Amino acid sequence: MRMGSTVLGALAFAALAAIAPLLPPWLISLATIAFANALVVLGLIILWRTGLVPFGQALFYAIGAYAVALIGRYTPIRDVFFVVFVGAVAAGIVAYLIGFLLARYREIFFAMLSLAMSMILYGILVKTETLGSTDGFHVEAGSFLGWRPQGGTRNLAIFWLVLAYCAIAAWLVAYYFRSVAGSLTHPIRDNEIRVEFLGVSVDRLIHLKLVVSGVLAGIGGALAALAVQHVDPAMSYWTTSGGFVFVTILAGAGSVAAAFVGSLLFELVRSIAVTLVPGEWQMILGTALLLTILFLPEGLGSLVSRLRQRWRRGTAP
Amino acid sequence: MNANTSPILAVRDLEKTFGSVVAARDISVSVPAQQTVGIIGANGAGKTTFVNMITGHLAPSKGSILFEGRDITGLPSRAITRLGISRSFQVAQVFPTMTVIENMRIASAIARGRDSMLGLMSTPLDTPETAREADAALELFQIARYRDARAATLPQGVRKLLDIAMAVAGAPRLLLLDEPTSGISIEEKFGLMEVVMSALKTRRITVLFVEHDMDIVGRFADRVLAFYDGTVIADETPEAVLANPQVQTLISGTRAHGAGAAHA
Amino acid sequence: MLTAFAIFSDGLVYAAYLFLVAVGLTLIFGVMKILNVTHGSFYAFGAYGAATAAGVWYDRGLNDAGGLLFMVAFAMLIGLVIGIVLERGILRFVYGRDEVVVVLVTYAVFLILEDVLVLVWGARSFTAYQPMIAAGSIDIGDLTLSNYDIGLVVLAGALAAFCYWALKYTRYGRLLTVVIFDRETAAAFGINVRVLYTVTFIIGAMLGALGGAMMAPKISVTLGIGVEVIVLAFAVVAIGGMGSIEGALIGALIVGIARAASVHLVPQLELFVIYAVMALVLGFRPYGLFSQVQPRKI
Ligand SMILES: Nc1ncnc2c1ncn2[C@@H]1O[C@H](COP(=O)(O)OP(=O)(O)O)[C@@H](O)[C@H]1O
Ligand SMILES: [Mg+2]
Repeated sequence: MRMGSTVLGALAFAALAAIAPLLPPWLISLATIAFANALVVLGLIILWRTGLVPFGQALFYAIGAYAVALIGRYTPIRDVFFVVFVGAVAAGIVAYLIGFLLARYREIFFAMLSLAMSMILYGILVKTETLGSTDGFHVEAGSFLGWRPQGGTRNLAIFWLVLAYCAIAAWLVAYYFRSVAGSLTHPIRDNEIRVEFLGVSVDRLIHLKLVVSGVLAGIGGALAALAVQHVDPAMSYWTTSGGFVFVTILAGAGSVAAAFVGSLLFELVRSIAVTLVPGEWQMILGTALLLTILFLPEGLGSLVSRLRQRWRRGTAP
Repeated sequence: MNANTSPILAVRDLEKTFGSVVAARDISVSVPAQQTVGIIGANGAGKTTFVNMITGHLAPSKGSILFEGRDITGLPSRAITRLGISRSFQVAQVFPTMTVIENMRIASAIARGRDSMLGLMSTPLDTPETAREADAALELFQIARYRDARAATLPQGVRKLLDIAMAVAGAPRLLLLDEPTSGISIEEKFGLMEVVMSALKTRRITVLFVEHDMDIVGRFADRVLAFYDGTVIADETPEAVLANPQVQTLISGTRAHGAGAAHA
Repeated sequence: MLTAFAIFSDGLVYAAYLFLVAVGLTLIFGVMKILNVTHGSFYAFGAYGAATAAGVWYDRGLNDAGGLLFMVAFAMLIGLVIGIVLERGILRFVYGRDEVVVVLVTYAVFLILEDVLVLVWGARSFTAYQPMIAAGSIDIGDLTLSNYDIGLVVLAGALAAFCYWALKYTRYGRLLTVVIFDRETAAAFGINVRVLYTVTFIIGAMLGALGGAMMAPKISVTLGIGVEVIVLAFAVVAIGGMGSIEGALIGALIVGIARAASVHLVPQLELFVIYAVMALVLGFRPYGLFSQVQPRKI
């Protein structure tokens, strides 16, 4: 089963990479952003399993993105692997620092303090001329270890890059979920005292989860910046964070795959809704979120596993 | 006490105050390895406070605690647990939304990886060894038939046993049991203590247990500490403590109280 | 000297605004343990409602003082209606679920209400400056103070005093105090918590709308004002201690003065001085100045 899902995941990513040249450019662009964002969602799932919902995860997303943009603007370095690495590290450092405050909190305080942190960054970005102010700025096209593709090829290359990061992250996170640290979710929600008396510091564990999720969001933001070749303060705004939370709740925290499928569906529905009913997008989001919480508390992903269970029961001898 | 072997636990001049309330004072006790020590005393005498200080839930206001010769005074509970002291609780502390076996597995798995965050991240939860270990623990504490029940639905006695089994998962050398039989009917108390004590004997664990019922203390303890008003007023064999006139006047109610299930 | 006085007066006015928007939030949290994100919507609907009412009133050339009263009454009526609909229609189905799930529910409703706002009022901005103009201003030395601002401070002070009195000396207030400080006892005494919840939520909603109505003359009533308010109000309430009315008052004063000081001394810091203050306070008092979090007994 365990080997099975790893192989299945690898096959899915390989298949996507293989058929990418056949897909229409708009779909490639959409999927690139969707998968970059899925990394953020993956980080949110890590926290959500422990009962934590950061309302300001866009903080790390924006830091990853701005790190890439700033390197492009102020240095001659263009290598995508390097800039994404810097984005990840920058987000990780910020997560580590604010973790000293955040990791002491749970539930609403955690959610709202995270939001407040992201609003600080938003304020800084909007007000600072050297950071592009409200308009943000252009992101330099990257090079891939010396190779500089242009136009459609570049978009394809970025998509492959995103897929590669996603595959690695998915594999690592799946491994983490099977570890003791990754399993300390319900126990923390149930009874922190017992966890402490088993010899584990809950605060430090949450700090760790926060850093991991921050790094994932940083990579997501860095990749998104490369993909759209532009950054602006909206990347750190609460609506961006809200979108990530939305996908997480809707997809459910049941599996790694949920992050990718959920994020892809979200981008598809959004692009359709924005053309068909441009004024009602938030209303659709809110209603879907409300219905999910009320009637499907484990997310849409749980529907799949429920069906699978029924199917298994039906076919079992 | 043998002068040649150093004690596993040595407590000196321990004191704890909450504002103006003195919950513990002048406590000096030394426990040799593999002794079983009973702790008696009326409600509010400071028994839980004593246990809380040794296990790091409370920092003492004064005094020192040595475990295997090492000063552990004021360390956080998780560090003390990692050093080899475990405890169970007056109100069982388990993970109510998880099943009994899940509770036990996570306790066993944590014991393997708890030395560092990296250890926790690289130790898998489900390995054949942890599974075997968890099942063995349930057998040892005789709660295997509740294996797949959610902890929230367990009868009081089973929950207490699970709490103790989880505390033992980390292979502690010193175990403190805070009222293991509170909330359990008189008929079941002896059976429960029998299960616990024989399990602990096989693991050669030093035990301190808080208990109101003198019959149980007399049956299982090698030695008794009698608490009154935050301090130890008698430290003798069970027989001697029962005969101690000071204990009889100050903690006379113990026996009668101990029979009820009223202690929450 | 002039700067110091300006910081003080600006700070007080800003604090009055913060208290007006935070008091409803902290009341609902204290009683229901719900962090109500829709509080931002109450504020926004209050402001939009007041702007509409101002249009209706002043277009007819009716008298000035009545105008403000009409605006406030109309806004609070909207708050009342939305409050009832939300509490009876949605929230009561999630009582008892995880705190953070309930926050998500209010967040979802907030998203919906943001678009409802656009459906009702469109995407354009509104103003309702008439009461502000009509109130005029006074000169104190070199400083000009708007009478409307002074009124705002008086209103906030009066509201704080009223809350203090109501919680202490009215039957409903004493019930609330019991629920806030000792939920178990409250249930044991047979206090009908359900009814109390409904009433509290409606009062909180009306207070949010009141805040919006009072601010409408001072701001451009436009999209996005709700979010800003919910984050600000949370910061204030977190500093003071969630669920505490006096905490909200002290929190509002601290944040108000800190922001005014920053505006006059280091304008670049204006946007995040609030959060810096919050981080500082929480560093020392993790649950705010007036919180009482008891450690769990084991
Ligand atoms: N966290 C605390 N804060 C204040 N007082 C406490 C605390 N814990 C215990 N006490 C007080 O210390 C005394 C001893 O309590 P405890 O150790 O629980 O007694 P026992 O376990 O023997 O019944 C009691 O008077 C109790 O009220
Ligand atoms: Mg006790």
